[in-house]
Amino acid sequence: MTDTTTTPPEIGGIGHSVKRVEDARLIEGQGNFLDDIALPGMLHMALVRSPVAHARINGIDTEAATAVDGVLAVVTGELMDQHGLAWMPTLSGDTQAVLATDKVRYQGQEVAAVIATDPYAAADGAELVDVDYEMLDAITTPQQSLADGAELIRDEKEDQTDNLAYTWETGDEAATEAAFAAADRVVSLTTHYPRSHPAPLETCGIVADVNSVTGQATIYMTSQAPHAHRTLFALVAGLPEQNIRIVSPDIGGGFGNKVPIYPGYVVATAASLLIGQPVKWVETRTGNLISTGFGRDYYMTGELALTNDGRIQAMRVDMLSDQGAFYSDAQPTRYRAGLFHVCTGSYDFPHAHIKCRGAFTNKAPGGVAYRCSFRITEASYLIERLMQTAADELGIDPAELRLRNFIQPEQFPYETATGFVYDSGDYPTALRKALDAAGYEELRAEQAAAREEGRLVGIGIAHFTEAVGAGPAHTYDIAGLKMIDSAELRVHPTGKAILKLGVKTQGQGHETTFAQIVAEETGIPATDIKVIHGDTDDTPYGLGTYASRSTPVGGAATAMVARKIADKARHIAAHLLEAAPEDIERTADKFHVAGSPDQAVSIQDAAFAAYTNLPEGMEYGLEDVTYYNPPNLTFPYGSYVVVVDVDPDTGVWKVRRMVALDDCGVRINPMIVEGQIHGGLTEGFAMSSMQWITFDDDGNCIGSNFMDYLIPTAWETPRFELLETVTPSPHHPIGAKGIGESATVGSPAAFVNAVVDALAHLGVRNIDMPVLPDRVWEAIDTATA
Amino acid sequence: MCADRDEWGSRMLPAQFDYIAAASVEEAIAAKAEGGDETRFLAGGQSLLPMMKLRFATPSKLVDINRIAGLDAIRSHNGHLHVGALVRHADIAASGAVSGAVASAAPWISDPLVRNLGTLCGSVAHCDPEGDWNSVLLATGAEVVAQGPSGRRAIDIGDFVQDFFTNSLAEDEMVVAVHIPVPSGRSGGSYQKLERKVGDYATVGVAAHLELAADGTISAAGVAMTSVAPINRKATEAEALLVGNAPSAELFAEAGAAAAAAADPRDDVRGSARWKRQVVAAFTGRALAAAAEQAQG
Repeated sequence: MTDTTTTPPEIGGIGHSVKRVEDARLIEGQGNFLDDIALPGMLHMALVRSPVAHARINGIDTEAATAVDGVLAVVTGELMDQHGLAWMPTLSGDTQAVLATDKVRYQGQEVAAVIATDPYAAADGAELVDVDYEMLDAITTPQQSLADGAELIRDEKEDQTDNLAYTWETGDEAATEAAFAAADRVVSLTTHYPRSHPAPLETCGIVADVNSVTGQATIYMTSQAPHAHRTLFALVAGLPEQNIRIVSPDIGGGFGNKVPIYPGYVVATAASLLIGQPVKWVETRTGNLISTGFGRDYYMTGELALTNDGRIQAMRVDMLSDQGAFYSDAQPTRYRAGLFHVCTGSYDFPHAHIKCRGAFTNKAPGGVAYRCSFRITEASYLIERLMQTAADELGIDPAELRLRNFIQPEQFPYETATGFVYDSGDYPTALRKALDAAGYEELRAEQAAAREEGRLVGIGIAHFTEAVGAGPAHTYDIAGLKMIDSAELRVHPTGKAILKLGVKTQGQGHETTFAQIVAEETGIPATDIKVIHGDTDDTPYGLGTYASRSTPVGGAATAMVARKIADKARHIAAHLLEAAPEDIERTADKFHVAGSPDQAVSIQDAAFAAYTNLPEGMEYGLEDVTYYNPPNLTFPYGSYVVVVDVDPDTGVWKVRRMVALDDCGVRINPMIVEGQIHGGLTEGFAMSSMQWITFDDDGNCIGSNFMDYLIPTAWETPRFELLETVTPSPHHPIGAKGIGESATVGSPAAFVNAVVDALAHLGVRNIDMPVLPDRVWEAIDTATA
Repeated sequence: MCADRDEWGSRMLPAQFDYIAAASVEEAIAAKAEGGDETRFLAGGQSLLPMMKLRFATPSKLVDINRIAGLDAIRSHNGHLHVGALVRHADIAASGAVSGAVASAAPWISDPLVRNLGTLCGSVAHCDPEGDWNSVLLATGAEVVAQGPSGRRAIDIGDFVQDFFTNSLAEDEMVVAVHIPVPSGRSGGSYQKLERKVGDYATVGVAAHLELAADGTISAAGVAMTSVAPINRKATEAEALLVGNAPSAELFAEAGAAAAAAADPRDDVRGSARWKRQVVAAFTGRALAAAAEQAQG
């Protein structure tokens, strides 16, 4: 492991594997999650969800539900409509039903809410709400949806005459077509990245406490973006923003699922406002899986134009996304398919043309970036699967094909054919290091020998480049809110500090990592720094934690505010040492006069003086706030190598080796980074091997609980061998790039490439995820028939 | 102020039900008889409680049998292994008294949490075609011991398993034990299970049991399958093919093909029916080979 520490362990700055300070309370049951919150007089809400995918609502009978002992109210769309809240805007400029008034458009859609004095009564009442549904045909694929004569799903939208949700394209079509026309070889791959779900351990929930006298709305909510949610609540509900306080307590995982505002939040808040008592709603597991933001569901056709010796000339992509009933992707406004256009990957070629369409279907809306920076997972999968296809078609080793086409280290900053400017990287070194660790040459020799014996061994490679840390204000906003972020640092007289963040952890370890950044920049020991986040009344504004943006944006803000504090402390130190500020140097924990290390004061001395003994004209105190507008995204990357053994009799495949090299720039806490990689690799393995949300022809969700939606355990999960290179981001204050999502983005293609590689000699070129054993066996059987 | 029920976990919200803890089998049977068909016995609860959580099951009364003494023993008796109604899957996995297909299947039951609470007898009575134990019992020729107001009776497992989630118990009967034959001569058994992940039901499961005569030929054979028919199904043609013949790879492949033909799988989210038949064939061959190897010891 690369040692990047400049501070001693007792300071615990960057590069130290400091144990997570949040773990003690979480492990000992002293966390404070949403469902732990109990307020005096708190009521409970249960949602009535549609059991069918597409139907007209002819009536809702709430009489029996209202009669249940303990039930106070049944809220329907009609009631919400009286307050102008039956519909709400989505993060992609569409509208979404809060409670259905006209039609239900997917199984699990919110139809009514029962408010009761305890959760059992609410659940009993919800069972008795009688909805008269007039069944309509369900549309379960975007292909059906866009076919001629398909029933209009969004018939309530004026000017909507078909089921098209959006179109978007980028790149130079003419130049791309010319390159394809002139190409020696064209390689093509059509694949579906199936619908998956972030499935955080903790489901979504809210305790809405609206004070009917003061108008103060205190909203406890499982939110990855509390500040953005406060502003959206103000804009949507018309509440004055100073009266809205969003408190996001300990969160049991988000993975993108807790970025959107869900109907349950809106109904609970409205109910609290109308009834005048706090209202709690905690989603059931099934409710979470069938109605909240899913990931993926992209149908992609990608093509590469190549020379005979495997040099890529251009890329052409046609993508159709299944958006579900409402277009509610959480994504930057200007990009209608997230950052999918990063699909040119790690390769140097001049032309690309990316065409995207999205269709409405009778499935849950969402399209959240499930552990992914806005559809980069799909993009990375497409290019890396295409590279495998090209290697097989051209008969070039897949590692060699990548090495021939990589963007070279000296080409950075590198502008891609779709307009990203990659900040830094050394791809050939990364791939070679991963291949060496795996023993690539020996593995290829073993594979050849195994094939002679009828055994199937596969070696899969993926080399991904991510684009994270959204983002520069000139380009990136969500619902009009610029994607900047902030940090506020207060150093108390005794030298202990409080750091307040606009971002919000869901398990990533902000309370540890961000204190380490301050420790590095100021010399205050990390253990003396308390990190506060999640409460909008008590933290500066920011867009929140998702898309691997905390370290690239919030971490940069933290470094910058810490530098401001260190600079003021240096001036105070100069005053205490009776020297000129420019003669003061800082070591890990001291300020001293240049050339005289003995003439020193500590950061703690300077902090005390900030409140007691200041130079003439200096303002008291040692605190500051920084808003950081990143100049560019950051571009972490990695090289993954997977070895699998495939059982030809059953199609069952087992991972023998998984070598994962990640370069996320400077690692603030290497242990936390490795934990993030382990988690991401596990999720990548899950999606490639077992995990999907699928539907029957009637639109019933298959995957509505953990019996059907599979989360791998330690038993199934392969052992991971981690490697690293460190290529700092040149524009980030501490050179960090973000790591939360890399492994989820990069690894699915590596697993699938490995299985396809095992069968490549039989002519197999693609198996869609999840690569279930029956699909593998069918592929073998078809190829050998 | 009343206690906040949230402290007890507000997300498990079954419909209302009555609960009694029986102190004896007689008391349990009487309570069941009194409550009628909306009354259910509660042993490990690993199938019943999740269904109640989802309100797929809404029993009016639960009769908890966990406090009844004497039902938690595994013992060998008269050439049989007796497994009491409160013997947990984990007890079987840890027991030195079990062998063959029983020992092979025990570690494959669901996950460690379920194994710690769930019972073999409960699983047998549940008659879920995706449950593992009934295949093992069919392959080994076990008996289910039921007790009602008029006493105990032994029911052959083939008669006990009636249909999809349906057994042949009378409404006032309770399963108190399962008796699994343990051959005195050379025998072996194996359970092969394909699952998507730990804790999942079988995609395909095959139980095999073989007994060898003095000349090394197969004197008795049992093959039964999980998750590939509306009930756990015995592969009788495969069994007939085996008896009287010497163990061999060819014979086992033939038996595998016969078992696959007897299977009636469906296309579903776990995989295609065509593929499941192929897995039945492969797993039958593997289970028989493992059983033969054990018997030849």
